[in-house]
Amino acid sequence: MTQARTLYDRLWDDHLVVERPDEPALVYIDLHLVHEVTSPQAFEGLRRRGLLVRRPNRTVATIDHAIPTHDRSLPIADRVAAGQIEQLKRNCTDFGVPLHGPGSGRQGIVHVIGPELGLTQPGMTVVCGDSHTATHGAFGALAFGIGTSEVEMVLATQCLLQRRSKNQRVEVTGRLRDGVTAKDLILALIARIGVDGGAGTVLEYTGSAVRALDMEARMTVCNMSIEAGARAGMIAPDDTTFQYLHGRPFAPSGRAWDEALERWRTLVTDDGASFDRSVEIDGDAIEPMITFGTNPAQAIAIGGRVPSPTDVPAADREALTKALAYMGIEPARPILGHPVQTVFIGSCTNGRLSDLRAAASVLRGRKVHPGVRTLVVPGSEDVGRAAEAEGLADIFRTAGAEWRAPGCSMCIAMNGDEVRPGETAVSTSNRNFEGRQGRGSRTLLASPLTAAAAAVTGAVADPRTFA
Amino acid sequence: MTPFIAFESVYARLLRSHIDTDQIIPARFLKTTSREGLGRHAFADWRYEEGGQLRPDFPLHHPSARGATVLLAGENFGCGSSREHAPWALLEMGFRAVIAPSFGDIFRQNALKNGLLPIAVDAGVHAALADAPPDATVGVDLGVIRLPDGQRAFYPIDPFWKACLAGGIDEIEYVLRQAEAIADFEQGAR
Ligand code: SF4
Repeated sequence: MTQARTLYDRLWDDHLVVERPDEPALVYIDLHLVHEVTSPQAFEGLRRRGLLVRRPNRTVATIDHAIPTHDRSLPIADRVAAGQIEQLKRNCTDFGVPLHGPGSGRQGIVHVIGPELGLTQPGMTVVCGDSHTATHGAFGALAFGIGTSEVEMVLATQCLLQRRSKNQRVEVTGRLRDGVTAKDLILALIARIGVDGGAGTVLEYTGSAVRALDMEARMTVCNMSIEAGARAGMIAPDDTTFQYLHGRPFAPSGRAWDEALERWRTLVTDDGASFDRSVEIDGDAIEPMITFGTNPAQAIAIGGRVPSPTDVPAADREALTKALAYMGIEPARPILGHPVQTVFIGSCTNGRLSDLRAAASVLRGRKVHPGVRTLVVPGSEDVGRAAEAEGLADIFRTAGAEWRAPGCSMCIAMNGDEVRPGETAVSTSNRNFEGRQGRGSRTLLASPLTAAAAAVTGAVADPRTFA
Repeated sequence: MTPFIAFESVYARLLRSHIDTDQIIPARFLKTTSREGLGRHAFADWRYEEGGQLRPDFPLHHPSARGATVLLAGENFGCGSSREHAPWALLEMGFRAVIAPSFGDIFRQNALKNGLLPIAVDAGVHAALADAPPDATVGVDLGVIRLPDGQRAFYPIDPFWKACLAGGIDEIEYVLRQAEAIADFEQGAR
């Protein structure tokens, strides 16, 4: 009998190329996703060394961060961004890497297109020069973000030098109530364990509330594992996973599908496997959540009060005071009713079809508040097409929101889509750091339902009152 | 990479917790295809006024921080994104080490790969550095620092990365030498 293993341990063991004492292990990478921002210096490194991409067929590129989301028929006005995009195209051509660029029908945020094309599969190791690579863990893959030096390493060798992480179980019991989404679940977790509560560990999400989530919601949860400081987050695959994957362009088919399914069904944490840490959350008790500060752990239930510096331990007092001053938010007051000038619905956290459906359920038959600029940015060309086809885009346009072309957009504000200085945005993205959405921007993170409710109200509002 | 050589320096203090990579190098400067030219944009939103003038109250502009090659920061330094532009920018600003109670995971890796030492110290050591007079210096070696009062404090460093830094070993070269094992793995189970 082998020892009981966690899902993470199993994936780790399956990908060990070389393991020697006193050295990090050499781990094989099954899928390497590439985008324009973190790859140019890596390709340049290959050229300097005279190396090729070892496995171009395990490497996939797209353009998402720097690309404008307005009219795609126009040339890109920002010359620096245009240069970076051109460079990626050239690198993909020179090194034989498949590129799903704008107009291909498959372009989109790297963490949206990987799953949607069926590239991301259970049991794989997936990396990308991007911290939200944890998204792919929703499929029972070991997926994590890497820096540009590591991008070069994977391009050159298809491997990484890694130390084994610790295991942390996050069990969410019960079931999420109406109006409460995967985004609220993950914000509630981060508020509980803190922005470094996952440090040094890989999170495995378990429990009835997690099992009940569809794949898109599971991706939302895994996506923000990095905001708790975790190396990765994952969910063991099940029938929900397999149904999602079946028939996708790069998913196995025919006999290969049956074989894959047999293998995928073994990807579980054994009974009795031990975790280094565990946290349990009551899913029934989670409320719609919203952040009020400048890190994702500074979040409260939408009906709650913003904490006061005197409520928190002395060590956190100064940070909270600074965060509230930056945000222009008063302590000890309800967050409901706080004025909002911008709403952003999109990103790799909440830019998939189910997210747009949720936002549209609030905006249908309603108007965006006149003082609110509202951007709806689909996560991919595929999501955009589907949203057009089922009438969601019309709902957004009729309500007075801007319906854009796919990309990261206002999540990172590299492409010209910015929150103006001093403005407050309710955003479905994943980071509320100072200036994340543009210099001086103030970000409140929330679910698509809560964001849409804010768009209609012009202030922070409880989405359940719009049901 | 050039082999690491121990050094001593005054240090700059930026004693905030959770300084994320968006502060170290804001995203609008990531459109470059080069590693160079990022230093002047490090901490841009804290360092410059809207119009581009230096903010005199920014701690790294304090006269005592002049010439500092070590940065003393708060816990969880470098949390957030995977952008390697963060260590590139810090290196170009002149820093060779960052001392903090803890680091963001990807930042720590990225820093090591560029020869920027991430030095995690306990609360006592951190306080000793934070409370020392402005002209105090710190000595930096692999696995140990010398505090202003002359005491030595050890810090954890992975023996493998330590050897790489000490020998100036290129990791990619190192892994390329294991091409046979990689090919065997590819031939195997899959
Ligand atoms: S949507 Fe935001 S978090 Fe996601 S990959 Fe793009 S920039 Fe990163």
